[in-house]
Amino acid sequence: MQFSRKIRLRPAEIEQEGLYGHCLQFYGQPPIQNISLAQFEQLAVDRLKLLKTVESLGVTFVKMSEQYQNKLRAEMAGLNFPVRADAPLQGSTEYEKRQKDHISHFILRLAYCQTEELRRWFIQQEMDLFRYRFTQLLSKQKSEFLHRNSLQYHTIEDADKKALMDKLVHSSYGSSGCSVEQQDFYKVPFQDALDLVRSRKVFLKAGYAYIPHQDIVTIVLNDFRTRLSKALALTARSLPAVQSDERLQPLLTHLSHAYVGQDYSIQKSVGKVSLEQIDSLSVRSFPPCMRHLHEALRENHHLRHGGRMQYGLFLKGVGLTLDQALQFWRSEFIRGKVDHDKFDKAYSYSIRHMFGKEGKRTDYTPYSCVKVILSNAPSQGDHHGCPFRHSDPELLKQRLQAYKVSPSGITQVLELVMGMHFQLACQKYFELTHNVEDAGFSLNHPNQYFVESQRLLTGGRELKREAEAPQRGQGPPAVKAASALPEHPSTSTEVAEDLDSFFQED
Amino acid sequence: MPTTDYDPGSLPDLLPLYYKRLFPFSQYFRWLNYGGVTKNYFQNREFSFTLKDDIYVRYQSFSNQSEMEKEIQKMNPYKIDIGAVYSHRPNQHNTIKSGVFQALEKELVFDIDMTDYDDVRRCCSAADICSKCWTLMTIAIRILDRALREDFGFRHLMWVFSGRRGVHCWVCDEAARKLSAAGRSAVAEYLSLIRGGEDTVKKVQLSDPVHPFIKESLKVIEQRFEKYALVEQDILGSKESTDKVLALVPDEVRKELVAFFLIERNPVVRWKKLTAAVQVMATAKRGFYGDKEIMLQYCYPRLDVNVSKGVNHLLKSPFSVHPKTGRISVPIDLKAIDKFDPFDVPTISLICEELDRPKTAEEKGEATAIQTENNGEQRKVRDYKRTSLAKYVKLFDQFVEEMEQCRKGELLRKSGESELVLGSSACPYTDKPPPGESELVLGSSACPYTDKPPLGKTPLC
Repeated sequence: MQFSRKIRLRPAEIEQEGLYGHCLQFYGQPPIQNISLAQFEQLAVDRLKLLKTVESLGVTFVKMSEQYQNKLRAEMAGLNFPVRADAPLQGSTEYEKRQKDHISHFILRLAYCQTEELRRWFIQQEMDLFRYRFTQLLSKQKSEFLHRNSLQYHTIEDADKKALMDKLVHSSYGSSGCSVEQQDFYKVPFQDALDLVRSRKVFLKAGYAYIPHQDIVTIVLNDFRTRLSKALALTARSLPAVQSDERLQPLLTHLSHAYVGQDYSIQKSVGKVSLEQIDSLSVRSFPPCMRHLHEALRENHHLRHGGRMQYGLFLKGVGLTLDQALQFWRSEFIRGKVDHDKFDKAYSYSIRHMFGKEGKRTDYTPYSCVKVILSNAPSQGDHHGCPFRHSDPELLKQRLQAYKVSPSGITQVLELVMGMHFQLACQKYFELTHNVEDAGFSLNHPNQYFVESQRLLTGGRELKREAEAPQRGQGPPAVKAASALPEHPSTSTEVAEDLDSFFQED
Repeated sequence: MPTTDYDPGSLPDLLPLYYKRLFPFSQYFRWLNYGGVTKNYFQNREFSFTLKDDIYVRYQSFSNQSEMEKEIQKMNPYKIDIGAVYSHRPNQHNTIKSGVFQALEKELVFDIDMTDYDDVRRCCSAADICSKCWTLMTIAIRILDRALREDFGFRHLMWVFSGRRGVHCWVCDEAARKLSAAGRSAVAEYLSLIRGGEDTVKKVQLSDPVHPFIKESLKVIEQRFEKYALVEQDILGSKESTDKVLALVPDEVRKELVAFFLIERNPVVRWKKLTAAVQVMATAKRGFYGDKEIMLQYCYPRLDVNVSKGVNHLLKSPFSVHPKTGRISVPIDLKAIDKFDPFDVPTISLICEELDRPKTAEEKGEATAIQTENNGEQRKVRDYKRTSLAKYVKLFDQFVEEMEQCRKGELLRKSGESELVLGSSACPYTDKPPPGESELVLGSSACPYTDKPPLGKTPLC
């Protein structure tokens, strides 16, 4: 793309008809026209807003549920992205919208191709967006899309369909003998339909998945992901040329940092917590997931791998040093069935691994709420996961009672859990246990919970190394919001500066 | 009683003997070499050893069978694990730039461990097993084996006893070895029905439509449920265990059953009542499967998804010794699966002792005949045949042999000779004619337990 003075876009450019004839595309061809820098930035920012909405909607609501779809549609319309699949191309603003979709996607590729993490995030949101848009298409538009993009998925013969009728009916939700008869079924190798296989929403036979036309979106999505993944790898290689243009460099950097919230891997608070404080901190300032892990560890003198990872990384984010962590885990495990030698052989390696001192030397980041909720569900003998997501409502209720939450509070929390708003439920728990009306932040990370809790309880003061409650006239930890204002103390400036950087986001 | 008492302290003496004269290196190499089709496939395979005093070494690799034998005989590992085939030789991984050394392929594996069933078995817990709860493994194998063959089209599966309290499955098809991590996790999820840990009471929820996979799995469980759960485990016997079962049904049904159970003590009758009560609910509220959910919760296989997910995950090798029990991790004969007895599996002390037994006249005759062939190696190879390990090595041999036949068939087909296809379409567990017949044989897998005809044409070999 060449960047020059502002040039008006002409909808009458027929050669673009081929590209924008369908409201949805695979983004195979990069855009070739000229746009201004201001437009460049605006397009990028708008798409980023859209993708961030996609992300947050995906955690707050069940994906593709009605609320999810409505909110997403509203956001797209508001940002002037194409919404109606059947909107006519000529004589309307539809062309500009499709063009915006096209160009903004490619701009964000530049910003998000650089690291594995950025790529993964970008692909995930683009896929969710694509999935939403594809499902909005009518059946004939889906077929048209498949045709336009030369996707070769083979349909099965009627005779075969008849033979498998019963099985096909019982493999997909909402299908009946009638619907099976009427629509085409595609026979696809199971490796190309992993999402459907994973959730058992498709009939499998001899290594093939039998996919009804209505479900073809999953297959298309896989294709989309593969293409985008390859494209991003290629883009990364051409990036140096783009970055040398100093008009773009600051913008692209800004864009790629925009999505990254605090990931709590930068331990500014390292060494400020002592091991003796952990028990009381777990009750006051740990989110329920970590509190439960801590209790399970104390009770059983052991945690399985999933629990060790989730809790161990959290403690790292809280500020434990490697030595403290080793001491902490060793002292607990030794009380159980593990002796010194076994601990050193079997467990200390993995703790050092967590801190980036072994193997690949990756410094692992503490898990965010999304990660805890969505990946590695607990099974028999596990204590990790998100209690709001993974515990039976009955048992969750009992636990909240044990944590001394009021009955009306419990009801509120459970209501949010029913609505699948797990992070909001945790936030509500925060509000109830800290006695505040409004948490004042949007919870998306267990370490964030901890930091916010500490901020509230200690009024922004330094975490003391001693076991007793913080001094300097703060009063008891469980104070009401009114009196525990997060003002920075007027004591030694050195301490204050440390605290500022500890609590402020980058 | 075929098992000599095993003492872990004797391992340092037994292992050298085991690795010199009993471990089936020849078949082992043939297996992992996969016909030498892909260059350096064996050389780039990672092995890990657990040595004396819990010393653990990773990234072991070997150039050929002979080198592997020598190394293992030198180190006498207490335990051998098999890892992935990497992009380079694992024992040189330190010389390779970080990020470039990668795991490329590995068999798709599954690990079923009895401790994962602790909440639903009353006879034992933790590391203990008995003949009563072993049925759970039989059920697990049948369900998973069927699904992996019929649903996923895999053909080369080896089920192995883990040595103490579980089983492993090694899926060796090329498609399985090339499966991505996402693919492995998808297969494992497809096969998972039990959800939830300590904090979940009801671990299975079914709703319409009930997927054919679930229906097939239920068939396997239904056949055994009465004997296993109602009689042996007696889940509807004592109050404590009955309460646990009743916790899984909705309140309305529970009340009715509690009242009924006060007068009726027979577990089979109790279960019938429960099923009947559930049926009633099923007509009023469409698609209610309370009784099936209970059966699944008590019997359905519980696999550790994490073991299956990773391409680089290490798993205990077949024919490795279990240091605590002394038992060898032997392949399980699917044709005789109901007869498999984990307590009958030979221990290393038993087979070493059998080696030292005086030879019978027949064996002596055989030995001299072979020695005249100027091949001391042969004598070593035949040694296992004198021990209880023999039948297991034979199973292993058959497994490897079949894969080789299949590969030959595939190669022939690819090279254009589409009419004469050697190679087994025959399911290894039924009595189909041996491979090599000249009829046109297209690959597929007949159900290993019935005589169902092959499923039809599949491109997988």
